[in-house]
Amino acid sequence: MPRASLFVPCYVDTLFPEAAQAMVRVLERLGVTLDFPRAQTCCGQMHVNTGYERDARPLVRHFVDVFGDADVVVAPSASCVATVRHAYAGIAERAGDPALAAAVAATTPRVREFSEYLVDDLGVTDVGASFPHTVTYHPACHAVRLLGVGDRPLQLLRAVDGLHLRELPRAEQCCGFGGTFAIKNPEISAAMLADKVADVLQARAEVVVAADESCLMHIGGGLARQRTAVRTMHLAEVLASREGVAA
Amino acid sequence: MSDARIPLPFHEAAPAALEDGQLRRNLAHVTHAIRAKRADATAELPDWEALRQAGKAIKDHTLRNLGTYLRRLETRVEAAGGHVHWARDADEANRIVRRLVAAEGVREVVKVKSMTTDEIDLNGALAEDGVVAIETDLAELIVQLAEEPPSHILVPAIHKNRAEIRRLFLDAFDLTPDQLSDDPAALAGAARRFLRERFLEARVAISGANFAVAETGTTCIVESEGNGRMCTTLPETLITVLGIEKVVPTWRDLEVFLQTLPRSSTAERMNPYTSFWTGVHGGDGPRHFHLVLLDGGRSATLADDVGRATLRCIRCSACLNVCPIYERVGGHAYGSTYPGPIGAILTPQLRGEPRDGELPYASTLCGACYDVCPVAIDIPSILVDLRRRTVDARRAAHPLPAADAVDAALRGAAAAFATPRRYEAAQRLARLGQAPWVRKGVLRNLPGPLAGWSDARDLRAIPRRAFRDWWRDREAARERGGDPA
Repeated sequence: MPRASLFVPCYVDTLFPEAAQAMVRVLERLGVTLDFPRAQTCCGQMHVNTGYERDARPLVRHFVDVFGDADVVVAPSASCVATVRHAYAGIAERAGDPALAAAVAATTPRVREFSEYLVDDLGVTDVGASFPHTVTYHPACHAVRLLGVGDRPLQLLRAVDGLHLRELPRAEQCCGFGGTFAIKNPEISAAMLADKVADVLQARAEVVVAADESCLMHIGGGLARQRTAVRTMHLAEVLASREGVAA
Repeated sequence: MSDARIPLPFHEAAPAALEDGQLRRNLAHVTHAIRAKRADATAELPDWEALRQAGKAIKDHTLRNLGTYLRRLETRVEAAGGHVHWARDADEANRIVRRLVAAEGVREVVKVKSMTTDEIDLNGALAEDGVVAIETDLAELIVQLAEEPPSHILVPAIHKNRAEIRRLFLDAFDLTPDQLSDDPAALAGAARRFLRERFLEARVAISGANFAVAETGTTCIVESEGNGRMCTTLPETLITVLGIEKVVPTWRDLEVFLQTLPRSSTAERMNPYTSFWTGVHGGDGPRHFHLVLLDGGRSATLADDVGRATLRCIRCSACLNVCPIYERVGGHAYGSTYPGPIGAILTPQLRGEPRDGELPYASTLCGACYDVCPVAIDIPSILVDLRRRTVDARRAAHPLPAADAVDAALRGAAAAFATPRRYEAAQRLARLGQAPWVRKGVLRNLPGPLAGWSDARDLRAIPRRAFRDWWRDREAARERGGDPA
């Protein structure tokens, strides 16, 4: 029986708890025994990416303390997983702390993005979901380019009963969120969002799906402001849906 | 870097550029067209990834042994009858070129498009001596006539359409409206007539170079219009200004770059004109050849473990064409010779000016630039590293108070995330504190730096129960033997 520890990033925990709940439902349905180390807080992505590495250092230390003993760590956020896997080693090295570097080296390879865990670790693409709706998929930049999740999320979506997948025009284009970029350069971010919203509408889907709630927060924020009926859902929410059961 | 054009900071220049609808349409059209063609041109080569890794390896090897290869280059150029000059910075390079031009007693020189001479503002320096430098690359000539800096590494006039170009040419070439249409062939013809006269009259040409081969002392220029070949063959004196990172050890190394550069930049299999010259030759080409080797911040960049990879850049501009930020705001917003993703990492390192600390933030870190880079420069990682230095330097200068609201928020958040107890307290506080901004379950008109967010996007109000609360309740219910929530 596989065991996994849940890493629920701070913004998912606080703003989008339903995405993490859906991930729990899917994984438990597949027989995974889960634990949620309550001491976890934040991976420090926002700090690392904005240049506040010194402030991120205690968060790195905390993360490896919390998850050091886990078999596998699963998270519903590609960009947070990317931060852990790609940024932590350099931070530990620059901190000049060999013990931290060793703990990072031991922990981070066991951290998985949700679709990676399903396809690579569990070897599953059909999770027994049913979602009779038209869906389009936004490949989050960090999922595609930093983690290389490839078409794993699409394999999972294609196996969902009743789901009709429509291609998103110019899917590989960044939505313009970029963490603090949306705050520091709000006009450019909004211009990129406007183009992404137009592409989503062109896809004529009911739902936009991604493996990263941060892009969805941005795209969903733009769709809602324009009063469109298109909804955003995390991949886990679609995969948790079953016939006659709301996600 | 001496820069006569005092640019606005990026956060002011970018919104202004965004409001120019014509600029945005021009940029979106051209960048998407080049992007698609580049993808086709690279997909054609089955060994593209191997070439990319080979280019990276050659550059890394050269950079590790730069002193050796530069000294070899100097020896070979001198042996072939050329002269080598070393310039620490822009001022020194300009002084050297001005002295060489003054010795020839000319009032006009022809130039091959060169980023390096733009970087040091050579044209401005020559103008101080009353010397006019005529740009002979068509797009470079267009921006010169418009009295604007280039806005793209490869396509300097990418932001101009043909109607705008026609108006410039009518004025510059003293033509009446009926003598020139906005047909691209007619525009090119008018420029050609103007430039041919300059080529035949010029006694001095100034160029940059794409590569310099250490083993033979050969310099190389790739271009599409033939103007480069005119400049390197017709005038009596040729002065080439070369950034020291452009040297490659051997001819064999060019095999890689002459494939990756044209495909990455113009989506061509080969450049229409690839010119090489080695020193001087009796009865053929220039009688005097001067090579000015420019440091200009490159040694400092070379000494940096993370930043060093920036010097692999072969100026193909593929990263500009895929960058969603560049596509929206264009090159001028970056306020530097090198715009786009490469400019955002190269400029702050070469110039070392605090003002440039803003450029590394002109990115969402989407990573598209790294994907297309033919020498595999991990631009996003270098951007993040430069951000780290910017923050560290600012804090060292002003330990307290916070520099701005974003700074304060990030430092506050780090303190809140430090322990689970504080994190959960902050979570509760945010849930309670959001009340004044919640309208129908949506956060509106957020205060301070968050206003930039809520101006264009909705954000759903923070729900009553966090995931951790749901999990705790569920675990508790399970322990009681009840049904999970």
